[in-house]
Amino acid sequence: MIHVENLTKRYGGLVAIDRIAFDVAPGEILGFLGPNGAGKTTTMRILTGFVPATGGTASIAGYDVFDHPLEAKRRVGYLPEHPPVYPELTVVEYLRFVGRIKGLSRRALAPSVDRVVGSCGLGDVRGRLINNLSKGYRQRVGLAQALIHDPPVLILDEPTVGLDPKQIIEVRELIRGLGGAHTVILSTHILPEVTATCQRVIIIHEGRIVAVDTHAGLAARLRRSEKIRLTLTRAADDVEDVIRRVPHVMALSPEQSDGTGGRSWLVEAELGHDIREELARCAVSRDWGLVELRPVTLSLEDVFLKLTAEEATA
Amino acid sequence: MKRWLAGWGPIAALSAKELRIAMASPIVSVVAGVFLAIVGLFFSQIVIVASLQSLQMLQFQGSLPQLNLTTMVFQPIFRNVHVILLLVIPLLTMRLLSEERKNKTMELLMTSPMTLTQVIVGKYLAVLVIYAALLGLTGYMPILLSLWGTVDWPTVLSGYLGLFLVGAVYLALGLFASSLTENQISAAVVTLGLILGFWIVGWAAMTVDNPAVRPVLEYLSVNQHLDRFLKGLLDSSSVVYTFSVAGFGLLLTHRVLDSSRWR
Repeated sequence: MIHVENLTKRYGGLVAIDRIAFDVAPGEILGFLGPNGAGKTTTMRILTGFVPATGGTASIAGYDVFDHPLEAKRRVGYLPEHPPVYPELTVVEYLRFVGRIKGLSRRALAPSVDRVVGSCGLGDVRGRLINNLSKGYRQRVGLAQALIHDPPVLILDEPTVGLDPKQIIEVRELIRGLGGAHTVILSTHILPEVTATCQRVIIIHEGRIVAVDTHAGLAARLRRSEKIRLTLTRAADDVEDVIRRVPHVMALSPEQSDGTGGRSWLVEAELGHDIREELARCAVSRDWGLVELRPVTLSLEDVFLKLTAEEATA
Repeated sequence: MKRWLAGWGPIAALSAKELRIAMASPIVSVVAGVFLAIVGLFFSQIVIVASLQSLQMLQFQGSLPQLNLTTMVFQPIFRNVHVILLLVIPLLTMRLLSEERKNKTMELLMTSPMTLTQVIVGKYLAVLVIYAALLGLTGYMPILLSLWGTVDWPTVLSGYLGLFLVGAVYLALGLFASSLTENQISAAVVTLGLILGFWIVGWAAMTVDNPAVRPVLEYLSVNQHLDRFLKGLLDSSSVVYTFSVAGFGLLLTHRVLDSSRWR
């Protein structure tokens, strides 16, 4: 349904996204997970035709967003980061307006407005000025706006930001209900959001995709140990035995040496224990010729660390 | 043809939205109120002065051809209205695109299945309607005078047409200025500057002697064209002038909006 290939966007010298590629199947709910500034919004803006890409292609339902922008836009409902509402209009006036510019006929307008007012829980505020609505209701109006022309593809940029916990649950329910009939991409920097709503996750970090997987697959790849790379030039035969006896060490595996003439190992220790000092003491006291001792992190873990850190502060 | 008609759907929706918001906004009603009050004051003053003058002239010289409502009342009034436009137009156009950018609603318009041209035309039509309504509200002047005197309706209507076309030019400049910035005040000031620029070209036309330059400046001068309309001369070159300058303004707006997506 959505096909993205080699998508690149540069703002001047700054690379916002770098050769991103992914596919989304019809009816799938795809999560776009990454810390703030990772390139989620940029990718979504390119898919919706708001900004052009510097390179690469993107297509929606077979229509290239650069070559056939109107055809592609007709098939997309988009909720930007800030709900694009006019405070001077009432909810119904606003939805009617959006329906018209999305190409709904006059006859289809009233039923469509009723449908999204119902599905987004706006019945109580349909005649109110948007100016007088709370942030949560504005967000729902934004969502209703994206749904008004019943598009096959929905692109939602941080749909639950600024909502209270009860509203967040409601919006997630709503989005889950959209899967199947609609293809959904939603972005978030909150890990549980992905767990709650998405079937598949793309983790994006500093403009690159670092992982594409199901939620279960990601959890399996999550780090469960501290990893340290150790390189020794004069390793004795009993090295492995000695290291295994260091407290908290769980596993030890020989690694490809990087050509400095020594031997390397990957030492895994229990999570939350820094064994570098102890390893160094062992190596120096036995004169093994310690040349390298550094923690190893995968980029995926990097991202998760950031995400979980953000979540803790949020 | 059918597709062409369908293209007007979103335009009409956008124009209607603009009008709805304009009605809700205090700016438009305040501008309309002040505009009508000032025009009304000018009108009463000019009518009083004109009646005194004509009394004097009748005493000394008898009836004269220049003693008519067109030259003594409507031409001065319309010229005054033209001056007031310098203040009114920027206030009408300043929010058109600036506010969409500031509100982040531009993102909605640009990701909807409508072209930039449709967005611009929708905006422009809406503000044209507001302006035409403002002008229309001054229509009480000729109606009132026609109760007591002879109003030369073709000339008066030609004067209104002239004001409308000149205003359409200024509105296009204002729309362009509004595309440049998120800040409404800046947009208003730029519009004021652009309109003044066209006036200065007109004043320059009066002082330049160079036979190659002067006709060009005269053609560019809004005042020259407006004067012809006020005299009841429907000149196609003046109509072409207003259409091309307004069109150029809209074209520039299109360029600005299009290029802003690349930044």
